[in-house]
Amino acid sequence: MLYNEPSELEVKVLTRRFGLENSQSLDTYLATEGYEGFRKAMEMSPEEIIEEVKASNLRGRGGAGFPTGMKWGFVPRDSDKPKYIVVNADEGEPGTCKDRVLMENDPHQLLEGMAIAALAVGARRGYIYIRGEYRYLIEIMDRAIEEQYRKGYLGKNILGSGLDFDVSTHTGAGSYECGEESALLESLEGKRGQPRIRPPFPAVSGAFQCPTVLNNVETFCNVPAIFRMGARAYAELGTPRNGGTRLFCLSGHINKPGVYELPMGFNLLRMIEEVGGGVRGGKKLKAVIPGGSSCPVLKAEECDVAMDFDSVAKAGSMLGSGGVVVMDETTDIVKVALRLMAFYAHESCGWCVPCREGTLWLKKLLARVDAGEGKPSDIDLIGELAENMLGHTFCPLGDAAAMPTISYVKKFREEFEERLRKASEAAESDLVVL
Amino acid sequence: MADLVTLTIDGKTVKAPAGTLVINAAKSAGIDIPAFCYYDGLALQAACRMCLVEVEGVPKLMASCTLPVREGMVVHTESPKVVASRKAMLEFLLTNHPLDCPVCDKGGECELQDAVFRYGAGEGRFTEIKHHVEEKQFSPVVFYDAPRCILCYRCVRICDEGLGVKALGVIQRGAVSEIAPNSGDHLECDECGACIDICPVGALTSGIYRYHTRPWEMKHVGTICTHCGDGCKTTLGVRENEIIRGNNRDRSGINGEFLCIKGRYAFDFVSHGDRLRKPLVKRNGKLVEATWKEALETVAGRFRELKERGARIGVVGSNRTTNEENYVLQRFAREALGTPHIDHHRTADILSFLAAVGGRTELLGRTEDVYTAKALLIAGVDLAQQHPLLAFQARANWRHHGAKAFVVAPGPVREEQYAARVVRAKLGEEPAAAESLGEELKKCEDLLVLFGGSVRGEALRRLVAFGDGLGIPVKYICLADYANSRGAADMGLLPGFLPGYQPAPERGMGLAEMLEGGRLEALWVVGANPLRRRKLNSNAFVVVQDLFLTETAQLADVVLPAASAYEKTGTVTNTCGEVQRLSRALTVMGPKPDLEIFALLAAEMGVDLGPLDAKSVWAEIRGNVPGYQVAEPVLMTGGAAPTSPPKVDGVTEEDAALVEPSGDTLFTSGSVSRYSKILNVIREAPGGLFQEKRTKLT
Amino acid sequence: MTFSPELEAKFEKLVKNYPEGRERAALIPMLLFAQDEVGSLTREVVEEIARRLSLSLLEVEEVVSYYSMLTTKPRGKHHIQICTNISCLLLGADRLFEQAKQKLGIEAGGVTPDGQFSLEEVECIGACSWGPALQVNYDYHHHVTPEKLDKLIEDLRKVQ
Repeated sequence: MLYNEPSELEVKVLTRRFGLENSQSLDTYLATEGYEGFRKAMEMSPEEIIEEVKASNLRGRGGAGFPTGMKWGFVPRDSDKPKYIVVNADEGEPGTCKDRVLMENDPHQLLEGMAIAALAVGARRGYIYIRGEYRYLIEIMDRAIEEQYRKGYLGKNILGSGLDFDVSTHTGAGSYECGEESALLESLEGKRGQPRIRPPFPAVSGAFQCPTVLNNVETFCNVPAIFRMGARAYAELGTPRNGGTRLFCLSGHINKPGVYELPMGFNLLRMIEEVGGGVRGGKKLKAVIPGGSSCPVLKAEECDVAMDFDSVAKAGSMLGSGGVVVMDETTDIVKVALRLMAFYAHESCGWCVPCREGTLWLKKLLARVDAGEGKPSDIDLIGELAENMLGHTFCPLGDAAAMPTISYVKKFREEFEERLRKASEAAESDLVVL
Repeated sequence: MADLVTLTIDGKTVKAPAGTLVINAAKSAGIDIPAFCYYDGLALQAACRMCLVEVEGVPKLMASCTLPVREGMVVHTESPKVVASRKAMLEFLLTNHPLDCPVCDKGGECELQDAVFRYGAGEGRFTEIKHHVEEKQFSPVVFYDAPRCILCYRCVRICDEGLGVKALGVIQRGAVSEIAPNSGDHLECDECGACIDICPVGALTSGIYRYHTRPWEMKHVGTICTHCGDGCKTTLGVRENEIIRGNNRDRSGINGEFLCIKGRYAFDFVSHGDRLRKPLVKRNGKLVEATWKEALETVAGRFRELKERGARIGVVGSNRTTNEENYVLQRFAREALGTPHIDHHRTADILSFLAAVGGRTELLGRTEDVYTAKALLIAGVDLAQQHPLLAFQARANWRHHGAKAFVVAPGPVREEQYAARVVRAKLGEEPAAAESLGEELKKCEDLLVLFGGSVRGEALRRLVAFGDGLGIPVKYICLADYANSRGAADMGLLPGFLPGYQPAPERGMGLAEMLEGGRLEALWVVGANPLRRRKLNSNAFVVVQDLFLTETAQLADVVLPAASAYEKTGTVTNTCGEVQRLSRALTVMGPKPDLEIFALLAAEMGVDLGPLDAKSVWAEIRGNVPGYQVAEPVLMTGGAAPTSPPKVDGVTEEDAALVEPSGDTLFTSGSVSRYSKILNVIREAPGGLFQEKRTKLT
Repeated sequence: MTFSPELEAKFEKLVKNYPEGRERAALIPMLLFAQDEVGSLTREVVEEIARRLSLSLLEVEEVVSYYSMLTTKPRGKHHIQICTNISCLLLGADRLFEQAKQKLGIEAGGVTPDGQFSLEEVECIGACSWGPALQVNYDYHHHVTPEKLDKLIEDLRKVQ
């Protein structure tokens, strides 16, 4: 079901079936150009399929924005090992809730995307790794899978393509780290969700140490459209090197929060104003997290930016997972920084030293500052500790914790100082009482 | 040799084989990159982030422990950026680490402490409350203090990868992660203590050693373990004439840093309260304390009298005493007492083995071959229990080189975890089972056959003949128990053979006949306990030299307190025929080394056996005993020198019949184990041989 | 021990999803599904699943203690999980969490004496655009207000 009203500004490619009656059924899917992409792809050679994906300028929707076609191209197709397709549906990046609606409203689109990837690399087995909290989505996906088997869209020689392809869901059990691809694979194998040493990358040694295509839900959901529309038409929906549309999750202090499908490169301020209906309660915009909690914050004056990977990077942040968190002038930045660090400390797997110890230290330090017990040197210390984590950790979680923290301290230093000033005033008044 | 790659590390040109990790390439050039989690031989981890280095052209610092060398690579291991990062990592590590080095058991040999000093990271900015949990005791040996743990996972890996036991894991996540034992609140494992030794900090400490001393207050004596036949070097930490610990952290010796529970902890028998301190002489049917003078006079007097009237004297030697002692004992027996009746407890059919090998010394497997052979046939032995070092090396060979292991055993053994093939066969029926593997074995590039004491006589000849017929290079290791079983045979503690397997002019009685034949008038037992298994059917005058009042000693007329291997010098020969030198770690007041006892007895009897100090006797052995012309420099530098035993002729079926494997497990060591507190407090002993509980194909 | 026929059937199917020799992959789903049925991962459940997958107890414990949804202690019949992460926090989730503590008379991680409720502060549950949000067991509740939270708890009390 839909949890928010659509916006007129949306360009509905992936969400085109949202709101249709029985949008979860294969019949609805097939009646609305479902499997047209696959039928085109099955006439193509694996090389052509990968070229088409490359030409679409599709970039990974999980957060890193790596070109999808290139990632598929790394899979050694001549390897005699089995190949796997793995969907990262471990959506856990704070501010992000798009994969949820994609699976809920159009499960077959994801399955078609996986099947095309299977054609491209010669995989015969796919897994959808769904975070444990999304239990109802596991049920929805299981029903969709079951229906596809019944109707010949999964199993042996699907649609006469010669492709044998089996898919099943796999549940996580509560770990943000499993959103990192190699940790996800460990978890898929029944182990602690700790990341692997890379290289080798999953394309070479992924699920069960075999070549694996591992992409985010939304990434796979784009694939049918690329083949249905043609790579060029798809690419042109977005900006150069940033093909297609993107699901943006507007949340926080905004009038019309919701998940909206907009073309790549859509202006952020316009998104807030025109799609999201502006800042709630007529308040002034203070800051925006453009792509989930791991991205450096943008101050209000930095928000006139096109929402594609390259433009946001140029603005000093990241497009990330599409989680746009809007903060108004009343937002307590110290609290935000603390809450996020508490999150990373809770989710740090503990494998490497800087992330394991750094997140906990920063959490304690920020909690002290927030509680009004900070020292003037604490502000620099927060920044320095985050810098000491940055680039030194085993996997990106450490960077994800460090980068936004650095931005909060740098861009809102006066708020931290204000908190300390109040603290020292309180301390002084205590002295008088004594 | 693999192709060499040229790179530059800290301005030095370094050549390293392709695939070498930067951390190792640096080490080869004398550049030490610090690391906690990286450990030679164990799986890569890249978790501690201490080994990050700067690589020109790469924006981020790189973990040198997972980075292979690349042609033309330029690496900086101590640049300001790298040093700053290391200081930062240390600061992070110290946040939850207790800063109480003065009371920590690891102080003085702590890798974290060393790194903090090296990088001057002594000042921390952490002023928050530390996460604290109470210390836990995992076993009588292993204590774990989570706050000190830096989660390098070395312990988890050595236990899993090294030993195949998997007794340690990690529970929880993030900063509160801890190491946990495999059985709820305690360990069920080999209690080898490898996890403790490998711990870079004071998180895992030894119940035996902790809080007894500071490392710099001990002298460290490298000697050879007295327990099984593998001949591990153990470095004893000795303070004020007391052994405080055993380990081999300097990786010297054939065992590297490996030691089992016996080598690491079971030195405690040395100071057991039941240790004999004074000679005992039987008076009115009771053993009473006597002076050395009284005891020696009694023995010498009786020996002289018995010899003069040509009485039957039986001599039983030891498989723990030194080569020098064994050599002198047989000379004493044959020359001074004029008796051909000399033997020892044979735990393997070394005679049939050397006869089958027939002087082809290239067929004799060495310890190092267990790590390098392309294929291993492990027959009739529970290697992990009976030969822990060889088991460790075999597993390492499989892990590091993909060696193929073939197991022939009557019941489950740990080697089955990685064996290519397993065949069940009763003890003694190994050759037929091995023959069923013939086609597969023929495909191997080379083969090392390790077999236990059940393979003897005809079975042994058949196994060697089978190996010889495979058409590939095959080596053999005949596995014997105890530290110097091989030396006992080599030195002629045998009724039919002089030292170096030269035929004895007159074949004497074997052990069984001596004891049970009922015709002995005197029995001299040195460092053995034959009356534990057999009965003495005569009223012989019995003299025993031993550490404890064993079953045999209890029946003696005179008991002479002897020194243990840790209290003397000399050489021993391990089951692979490698000679190593003992060093004296301590002196226990009262007992004397057996060699000294022989010298005193000889003097008392007025017989001249030449100079009887270990050095002189060793020179004589090198001069006289075939196969013992070993490289002296190897021994002098603490190495293991291979012997080359000659062809052996005249082996009889009786020789094979006299073989009785000790049946010792990982937690027993003949009679001595009764006097080791540590071997007796371990409750999780993995049971008998060929009953491996944890065997699971992984 | 045995589980319900439905769960046994589910396990049987599950193990077949993974390549031969890689059955361990079924571990996390098995643990979570068993927990759903039994209420928590008791020693008995852990031992049973370890046995079925030929794992040591420690190997299973390593996994159980890693994942935040897995628990060895029983939770309430209604396990209320309030997200207080960024998007929900901006809309007052921290106050909702305090309210729930007051209303239920338990702290974070606590269970009411009657075993009806347990409360947990959780990380992002993927409902950011419709926050503040919470889950009761696996059911989502969006746009939670103080009034709606009170009513929700009252209604659940009646479910018994």
